[in-house]
Formats: sequence, structure tokens, C-alpha cells
Amino acid sequence: MTERPNPLLIANTIDEALDAVSRGSTPIAGGTDLVVGARQGNKRLPASLVAIDRVEELQSIGLDSDGSLSIGSGVTHATLMSSTVVVTNYTALADAAALIGSPATRNVGTIGGNVMNGSPAMDTGAPLAVFDAMIQLSTVAGNRQITTSELWVAPGQTSAEPDELCTAIIIAPQPDRSGSAYVRLEYRRSMEIAVVGAAAVVTLGLDGTIAGCRIALTAVAPTIVLVDGLESLIGQAIGEATLATVADLASSQAAPISDLRASEQYRSHSVGVMAKRAVLAAARRATGESISVPVNRSIGVGSDGQRQWEAGAS
Amino acid sequence: MTIDEQGSESESIGYDLHVNGQTYPVEATLDRNLLGVLRTEIGLTGTKEGCDDCECGACMVLLDGQPVNSCSYLAAQAQGRQITTIEGLGNADQLHPLQECLLAHGGVQCGFCTPGMIISAHALLERNSSPSRDEVGIGLSGNLCRCTGYAKIIDAVLDSASNGSVEPTP
Ligand SMILES: Cc1cc2nc3c(=O)[nH]c(=O)nc-3n(C[C@H](O)[C@H](O)[C@H](O)COP(=O)(O)OP(=O)(O)OC[C@H]3O[C@@H](n4cnc5c(N)ncnc54)[C@H](O)[C@@H]3O)c2cc1C
Ligand code: FES
Ligand code: FES
Repeated sequence: MTERPNPLLIANTIDEALDAVSRGSTPIAGGTDLVVGARQGNKRLPASLVAIDRVEELQSIGLDSDGSLSIGSGVTHATLMSSTVVVTNYTALADAAALIGSPATRNVGTIGGNVMNGSPAMDTGAPLAVFDAMIQLSTVAGNRQITTSELWVAPGQTSAEPDELCTAIIIAPQPDRSGSAYVRLEYRRSMEIAVVGAAAVVTLGLDGTIAGCRIALTAVAPTIVLVDGLESLIGQAIGEATLATVADLASSQAAPISDLRASEQYRSHSVGVMAKRAVLAAARRATGESISVPVNRSIGVGSDGQRQWEAGAS
Repeated sequence: MTIDEQGSESESIGYDLHVNGQTYPVEATLDRNLLGVLRTEIGLTGTKEGCDDCECGACMVLLDGQPVNSCSYLAAQAQGRQITTIEGLGNADQLHPLQECLLAHGGVQCGFCTPGMIISAHALLERNSSPSRDEVGIGLSGNLCRCTGYAKIIDAVLDSASNGSVEPTP
């Protein structure tokens, strides 16, 4: 008789988890994608799972010796959105984590699950892309690090091998006078998936003009999109003209689908608006202004508050 | 509930669940959700099934003190953790202060959302004993109520946090 794989192993260490994935078990962290997907019939529940939610080594946020931020794959969105170092230096990621699902989703859902699920609508994806994050994939044999664009290949599909576990997400320090933000379009304030979204990181020069800018877009293509052509913004002041360029560049590089929730045209247009808001909030944060997490709530997207907020900027 | 209609993975596994301070041995297939096991195997029916799709929060329970949607959580993954259901917070003889406040403010109509609301509110108040109105809104944002319009539920939670100083919404 062949031995049946253990249906559910509860791992306590990275080594136990790596050993289980090397023998064919699928990792489950919070299960908020995996279990919900299986119950909706999108994907079958794997015959053998390894629960990684008790692996403490995967649950810390720390600084490496070179100043890089290392986020364990098992860090939950609730931890991420309230981590001082994330909120201070990588604010867009905190904005994104704070928008995910509900308190219950954020308490069990992890950044590793979000990243490895590979949905083009994932909220942590655009922030990680603008920060040039490296995804650390580990096997029993060792580790490798790849970029987010190498990881995400198609909707719900990553380039990771089945025996690879995402163990950490590593982000290099940002230059001085940098700020970041993530904004999404949503029809309701909770239990929602982004209609479209945009993350921006902006670095300002000593004269207050743009010294660097990266933008990534959510839910407008099969994977997260990094916007090209932003060099033209270097040396420009933040104002109506630069924001209009940002919106045009973002909208023109979006290749969204039409579905129940939004048409292609609406997604293309509104992702430009989100990109503009993300750049504006990031630039304000770069000056040291405190805009609380998540930007969506502090500017009241879609409200008079937001219109006043935008008017105040130009 | 069976996820796997092919039936090939339907072998039962045995494990213990710790619910409201008691240990229950469970024999169930891997695909069984925590909500179903609590209600049908253990017999604790206070936790409700609203949508069965992680949308409404009627199924909310505490896992080591944190709220989870039990309809979308594998029962087997809850082994080794402390599960608290509404039965663990209060009962007809001894209502939990949140239950008393909900009754006092008319925050209960059909009552179907109430256990889940109380679980989420309890988790919020454990973390933040004097939340603002907005913070209560965020804390309850994973719980739908189709009857009350929420204002009275939020009043009740604020009242429970401040020991009776909240004026009822008319
Ligand atoms: C009600 C609800 C609302 C939601 N709202 C949002 C939202 O607003 N924004 C958003 O982006 N998402 C949302 N989601 C999706 C989901 O909550 C997130 O993607 C979450 O981060 C997934 O993490 P998890 O730990 O639950 O992943 P799991 O479901 O445990 O895993 C997801 C996938 O990743 C794999 N995996 C997990 N961890 C690892 C690892 N360390 N290494 C390798 N593979 C791994 C699993 O095998 C599985 O294929 C929502 C889900 C629900 C149910
Ligand atoms: S029954 Fe679980 S969220 Fe509705
Ligand atoms: S009281 Fe009926 S759903 Fe809330």
C-alpha cells in the first residue's frame, strides 16, 4: 500500500514547512484565498496541506544589516498596517494592508499569501513593485530572490516552483525625502477587492521638484503594471501639469478587462485618477506631511473632502 | 459541506478542538469548515451561517482572541488554538455586557447578525477599550446587518465601552 500524504501538517519551523512542500504539500497561511477559492469551486482544495501560520520565524519584520527591510511571509496585514517602520518608511504598503478585507481578513491574511496568490487585483502588489521589492523563495536546498515582475506571470500564476516557499519580502531603503502612497477605487469600504488601484513612490530634490518617481497599477492588466516614461517628470514641480502627465501615462498603459464591476474605459480612466492621487499623497508625505493610513480613508475618496484635498495641492 | 466532489480526498482525520475552554475530539474530512464542525459536530449553534462565502460575518468566532470568518476557515487548521464562540461570552442566565447594551439600545432585530457582531465588537474592545465611533465602524466592517441600519449597534458598542454614557439613537 502506498503511503497517503498527510492531509494537514501543522508546521512550527521553516524547516518543517520546507520539508513538507518538498514532498508535495501546498502551503496554507491564513487560507483567505485558498479556502475561499476551493469552496467557491475555483480550484480544488489540495489533498495535502502544510499550515505555516504557526511558524514564528516567518512572522517578524526586521532590518537587515544593510538597512533593508525584511518582512516575513507570514506577517499578517493587521501587523503590517500597524508596524512603525512600515508606516514610516514604506507607507504605501501600510495603506494597502489597511484596505484588505475586514479586520478578520487582515488578522489571518498574510503578505506571503497575497503575493503568492498572484491576483492582478492584490493590494500589496503595486506598493511592492514601486519599492522594487525582492521576493525570497526557499527550498530545502537554499534560497533565491526574484523581482515582483519575475514572480507574477499571469492572473493567479507565479513563476515559483511547487517546492518553493516564499519566506520573506525584502525592500531596500528608500532615498531621503521619499514618500509613498497606495490609493484604490472601491465601491464599498470593506470586504472589497480593488476596482483599480495605484501606488506611487516620489523622491523630492532639495528644491522640492521631483527627483524620482515610480508608479504601479492594480487590476488593469493580467499582472501588476509598472508605469514607464516617468523620467519626463524629473525636475518638475508637483502641480496640475505634472499630475495630468501622470494620469495620462497611467491610463494609456492600462490594458484592463471589462467585467461586471467596471468597463474597460472606466478602469483605464479611473486608474489615471488613482495614479494622480497616489503621486500627490506620496509627494506630500515626502515633504514630511503626515497623512494617516490608509490614504483612501484620510482623503475620503469620492467625497467633498477629497475634492478639497486635491484643490489644496495645486 | 464537501469541497471535493470527486470524493478521492474524503478520508477523515482526527484532531481536538478547544472551544470555550473545553476540548472536543473531532473526526472529519480536511475540507470541513470550522463553522460546520462547530454547529453540527460539536453542537454549538450560536454561530450563524449567513452567506457561507466569507462576505457577511455571521459566522465570526475568535481564534486565540482574534476574529475569523469560520465559514471559510478549515476546522483542522484551528487545532491547537483557543476558539471562542458566542456561547463562550455570555448565556441566557448571564448576559455579556455587549449583549445587555445591544438589548438596551434596540441593536437587535432578527438577531441573525448579533453573535458575529458581538464577536467582532469583543475583539475590538479587547484591543481598544475606548474606541471612537469611526473605530467601531471599522471594527464591525466585516459584519453585515440587514435589519438595524447599524446606528444602534454602534451606539451599543460605544455604550458598552463607556459603561452606559451613550445616549440612544432615536
Ligand atoms: C472577504 C475577503 C476580502 C478580501 N479582500 C482583499 C483585498 O481587499 N485586497 C486583497 O489584495 N486581497 C483581498 N482578499 C484576498 C486575501 O485575503 C489576501 O490575498 C491574503 O493576503 C491572502 O493571504 P492568506 O495568508 O490568507 O493566503 P492563503 O489563502 O493561505 O494562500 C494563498 C495562496 O498562496 C499560497 N501561499 C501562501 N503562503 C505562501 C508562502 N509563504 N509561500 C508560498 N505560497 C504561499 C497558498 O498555497 C495559496 O495558493 C480578500 C479575501 C477575502 C476572503
Ligand atoms: S457565513 Fe461566514 S461570512 Fe457569511
Ligand atoms: S438584526 Fe437582523 S441582520 Fe442584524
